[in-house]
Amino acid sequence: MTVEDLRELAEKEQARQAEFKYRILYCSSAGCVSSGCDTVKNELKKAIVDLDLSKKCEIIGTGCLGLCGEGPLVIVHPDMTLYQHVDAAAARRIIEEHVGQGRKLKDNELDLNDPFFASQKKIVLENMGKINAESIEEYIAADGYEALAKALTEMVPEEVIGEIRKAGLRGRGGAGYPTGLKWDIVRKGVSDQKYVVCNADEGDPGAFMDRSVLEGDPHRVLEGMAIAGYAVGANQGFIYVRAEYPLAIDRLRTAIKQAERLGLLGNRIFESQFNFRIDIRIGAGAFVCGEETALLRSVMGRRGRPKVRPPYPSERGLWDKPTVINNVETYANVAPILRNGSAWFAEIGTQKSTGTKVFAIAGNVKRPGLIEVPMGIPLRKIVFDIGGGTPEGTQFKAAQAGGPSGGCIPTEHLDIAVDYESLQTVGAMMGSGGMIIIDNTSNMVEVAKYFSEFCMDESCGKCIPCRVGTKHIYMMLDKIIKGDATESDFELLKELCVMVKETSLCGLGQSAPNGVLSTIRFFKEEYLAKLKKSDGNVHSPQNSPVTAAKEA
Amino acid sequence: MVKPEPKNHPSGDNRFKLLDRAITKHHASGDALIEILHVAQGIFGFLENDLMVYIANALKLPLSRVYGVATFYHFFRLKPKGEHTFVLCTGTACYVKGANEIQKTVEHHCGCKFGETTKDNKVSLISARCVGSCGLAPVAVLDDTVAGKLTAAEAVKRIEQWQDEKKEAAA
Repeated sequence: MTVEDLRELAEKEQARQAEFKYRILYCSSAGCVSSGCDTVKNELKKAIVDLDLSKKCEIIGTGCLGLCGEGPLVIVHPDMTLYQHVDAAAARRIIEEHVGQGRKLKDNELDLNDPFFASQKKIVLENMGKINAESIEEYIAADGYEALAKALTEMVPEEVIGEIRKAGLRGRGGAGYPTGLKWDIVRKGVSDQKYVVCNADEGDPGAFMDRSVLEGDPHRVLEGMAIAGYAVGANQGFIYVRAEYPLAIDRLRTAIKQAERLGLLGNRIFESQFNFRIDIRIGAGAFVCGEETALLRSVMGRRGRPKVRPPYPSERGLWDKPTVINNVETYANVAPILRNGSAWFAEIGTQKSTGTKVFAIAGNVKRPGLIEVPMGIPLRKIVFDIGGGTPEGTQFKAAQAGGPSGGCIPTEHLDIAVDYESLQTVGAMMGSGGMIIIDNTSNMVEVAKYFSEFCMDESCGKCIPCRVGTKHIYMMLDKIIKGDATESDFELLKELCVMVKETSLCGLGQSAPNGVLSTIRFFKEEYLAKLKKSDGNVHSPQNSPVTAAKEA
Repeated sequence: MVKPEPKNHPSGDNRFKLLDRAITKHHASGDALIEILHVAQGIFGFLENDLMVYIANALKLPLSRVYGVATFYHFFRLKPKGEHTFVLCTGTACYVKGANEIQKTVEHHCGCKFGETTKDNKVSLISARCVGSCGLAPVAVLDDTVAGKLTAAEAVKRIEQWQDEKKEAAA
């Protein structure tokens, strides 16, 4: 395939789409599958045949449309009418009335000017609701693989990395390490073999961003990985996906096959000297494998146990070769940056945190779903304008960002800007993008116990602070909730949290106490309310075993 | 290198042919252990001791490595599962929306805890970290179909339907 072939293919597909007066896209992402989008699809198809409208419109499955709680969702092109709660009857009416008579269904229509949609800025999710998730031709018609073509035919690897650096793209897995810098280290590494790895082991409970991207627009991730491969000089990529995401695995397999068939993956891509293969590795349900060194061991068929860094994977990763490892969303940002230029990307967001971030909003909120917002947006806007606030009769209490490793953001910090640095100032973190809204029906000590139980179960057991410490944190919280704990226990809990945080080997242990620490910081009174009055044997830092060990 | 011809397993169990094919595809490489365990569990349903011995020999790995990997990851089962599976999501969103109520009610109804199978081998109760359908919390996966916005009563009703199947078949 040459660049001309690619453009020809794009034009051919655009012409094919233009033949239809209407294109009806139903959301085929996991949320809507659960809400019954299959019935909707069948009814739409049947109605088209019944009314003999198959020349006038086509039915397509597309990526996540965002408003998961109101599914199944259907969007009609070209007039961009979005319908919610579509059942079989409504599906038939869409064909009969909207397609047949050009009259919209008022009862199911969603207003696209609603703040839920209007406050968003879509880069990673730009193709959701626009293209068929399983068709490479439609991806190409939407400028797909254009960035890879540009990189391979017009740019040298240094220029690609330069663009990514100028754009200011930072790792979307949560830590926010500059992507361009990471790529540059791998490029400079001297080795006969290098690797590109995509971390799609989205283990944070309450997060489904990566899943939605992989299910709705898998080619975008493949393209980003291929560009990374070219930039650093790697010819082999691995995508590590959770086994819990069978649909995403299926779509990725299809996408890789399609790309190989067209010569967009494989040997001599765009007739250059660049070869690139991508293989899928399926995880097996271990949260710790989201940690990069553990993930790499798992790709090699071992137990997913982290190891000490440095050396970082960019120096010695898979099979001790230099390895780029990035999150799904990071790769998804690469193609748009090359296509539109780094200056365009750097304009979005804040100065230090450029671009957008995808969040999965869930919990006690009126409109749970998948959103993409510019960095630096106030949290209040996400919770109230987009999420619609908490259900009637309840009050917002906290937003939990960053999963079990993250922290809670209470009401008084609602106006905080959502970017890497600001969130850290209140003890939370960006994380991969899961955001759980908690209202006043939940007790924060119970929430902290939930997270500490999670970390306890998921600790790999390699280092002692994490293996034993998380267990004891959990037991102490349990004691507090049962009302058996005294003030001295509470002091000990705080001390233990700090110790686990400071002495654990990997990110899991280091961040495991965050949930407890941040709830203690903002909701101390809820802890104090559960404590027994002092038993006379007050614990003080002087006689604690932890302090004694530190001094020794 | 000559490709080894897939031989019949001495037991005459043809399922081993499928497993051998996967092993050959990965060049019998120890690095592909997790992939092969996935395939093996897909074919046999769970990882029996003999099966792990077989895989260890085929990949030229110590059995301790195979056993270590199989027990490290939650996804691999060393025991057979029940006829039906009830996977309850215990992710944060589901937790906030009351998944623990469902958990208690279902455990009480089935007389066993999550992670176990009912005595009649009918229903396996499994808890999952997050199935990624947080918009529909609380969520459970009943035999591969996702049930969103679930209530405790509804969950018990669905399990009763499974349990009644047997009685009907027996009658």
